[in-house]
Amino acid sequence: MQVRGLRKTYTMGTNKVHALAGVDLDVRPGELIAIMGASGSGKSTMMNIIGCLDYPTEGSYTLDGIRADTLSKNELADIRNQKIGFVFQGFNLLPRTTALENVELPLLYDRSPGKKKTKELAKEALSMVGLGDRVDHVPSELSGGQQQRVAIARALVTKPAIVLADEPTGNLDSKTSVEVMDLFQTLNDKGITVLLVTHEHDVAEYAKRIIELKDGKIIRDQVQEQRRAADVAATMPTDGVLA
Amino acid sequence: MRASNLIKVAGKSIVKNKMRTLLTMLGIIIGVGAVIVMVAVGDGAKSQIERQIQNLGTNMLVITPGSSSAGGVSRGAGSFNRLKLEDAEKLRNESMYLSAISPVVTTFTQAVGPQGNWRTRINGVDVDYPLIRDWPVSSGSFFTAADVRQRKKVAIIGATVAEELFEDDDPVGQTIRVRNVPIQIIGVLAAKGQTAEGTDQDDVILAPHTTVGTRLSRWNFVSQILASTSSPGDIPAAQEEMKVIMRESHGLAAWEADDFEIKNQAELTEAAAGTTEVMTLLLAAIAGISLLVGGIGIMNIMLVSVTERTREIGIRMAIGARGTDVLTQFLIESIVMSILGGAVGVGLGFAGAQILGNVMGWQTLVNTDTVMVAIVFSAAVGIFFGFYPARKAASLNPIEALRYE
Repeated sequence: MQVRGLRKTYTMGTNKVHALAGVDLDVRPGELIAIMGASGSGKSTMMNIIGCLDYPTEGSYTLDGIRADTLSKNELADIRNQKIGFVFQGFNLLPRTTALENVELPLLYDRSPGKKKTKELAKEALSMVGLGDRVDHVPSELSGGQQQRVAIARALVTKPAIVLADEPTGNLDSKTSVEVMDLFQTLNDKGITVLLVTHEHDVAEYAKRIIELKDGKIIRDQVQEQRRAADVAATMPTDGVLA
Repeated sequence: MRASNLIKVAGKSIVKNKMRTLLTMLGIIIGVGAVIVMVAVGDGAKSQIERQIQNLGTNMLVITPGSSSAGGVSRGAGSFNRLKLEDAEKLRNESMYLSAISPVVTTFTQAVGPQGNWRTRINGVDVDYPLIRDWPVSSGSFFTAADVRQRKKVAIIGATVAEELFEDDDPVGQTIRVRNVPIQIIGVLAAKGQTAEGTDQDDVILAPHTTVGTRLSRWNFVSQILASTSSPGDIPAAQEEMKVIMRESHGLAAWEADDFEIKNQAELTEAAAGTTEVMTLLLAAIAGISLLVGGIGIMNIMLVSVTERTREIGIRMAIGARGTDVLTQFLIESIVMSILGGAVGVGLGFAGAQILGNVMGWQTLVNTDTVMVAIVFSAAVGIFFGFYPARKAASLNPIEALRYE
């Protein structure tokens, strides 16, 4: 994934707001990147453009060898379907719809030729996130962490080039947050490219590379030699076991 | 997205939101149900009237006196009676198409029987009359040509007259008095019921026209001449032929207008069916309006549903639904709901028509055409009123839709 000279300008009345003021970014396959920044730093705008939900005002964006900034709306929809997996802060699962059907949904919108076994693929993705036994549960029967894992399975089911996670732990408590980050790390170890947007330093430290945005520009691009291990046990109450 | 998947997605959405689906369908259910019931009532009335007209007789042609004019002032139909027994005789002798002919000499008078007396219509007719009117006797027999020639004092009475003059006794063989003339009853007509206008057809006494014209009445008042052809296809030709013979019989010059009118069964049927047609149309229009209101109801709920489902639409778009996918999904949802509503409406309408028929004693008739039209129309309503909300859903910006609370 390659971004060059990316700009996005919103016009509000007579004022022009530069949400992104020239961003260059390269993401190689297999990276786990955290994009940080305060609100208004442009990280959401960047996420929208990388997620093919929005067009840049200027600059180029290439994803998996495809120039996304020149595509039509329908082509962008197909790119979102096949190349990008979304994970949102609010889970965004369809209510009254089972985990399996939620995960299956992106496959139903797949226009690429060849018939796919959508149910099997969805089950596979759910097993990957450790919810193989929860396929028939509807979101209201699942905990927050489980719902987010269903959402991650939905993002993975199409085998996308990149998984975009927008504040994936924003609605979760610290313990489940660690579990979700652990899941991202595990998936990343299997070679899946993950790009997450967060404003929490804690969360960002799980990434291999941290990019910080301010006023629409990258002010820090740092590779972490030693990413923080998502040690689930460390957050457990010790209860004197180690003592 | 494949069509099968789209239908699957839309179907799931309908099934998973039962309350919303039901509310949306309600308007169409009531609309279609109303159409079915209304048209059933209208069609029932129409078929009833048509059957009553069929009751008048088969392939029947009726000659009635026409209007006469004096000094350019029209005096209206029947103002000058120009039908004569000779007309009937001439028709019988000269016509090629007519298979049966009977003059009708009418008088109104009091008839006195053993159990009571009754003012009724006495029709002096010929032997062909039961054939033309398709009206058999239920007991006894009709008079013969010899009876007509000999001016026999015999009569056949209608069911109402039999009831009034004889109550439960068998009238055949008994004698009644009409204008002090004893008349022997030789038969009773099968009950025929009322005409479309409400006249009791059974309230009549039939006697040879010779008897009525000479013994019961002072003049031969021929109110009509009835005739029939052996097949319906002959009616137009017969009508033309009758006109020529009648003009000749009345000695009309070429420049003179007809002083008689010839009507056939089809015209009578059309006239009566025309009135019920108007009624059916009116009922259908009222029901159509309720279907339209149902359609607007669908649009209303679909629009609310688009707003309520903004986030869902955002999710679908984020995971790769094109605008057309969302449009098609919403359109399929509204079409499926309207067709489903239409089907339920047809069922309820059918039941409603039956119940109304039984409770009110009306004849109702549900025909397949109405059902087809109602279902096609409800699908059209689904497309028409589903399109605007669907387009609204499809044109949502995914970023804003995802942010929508």
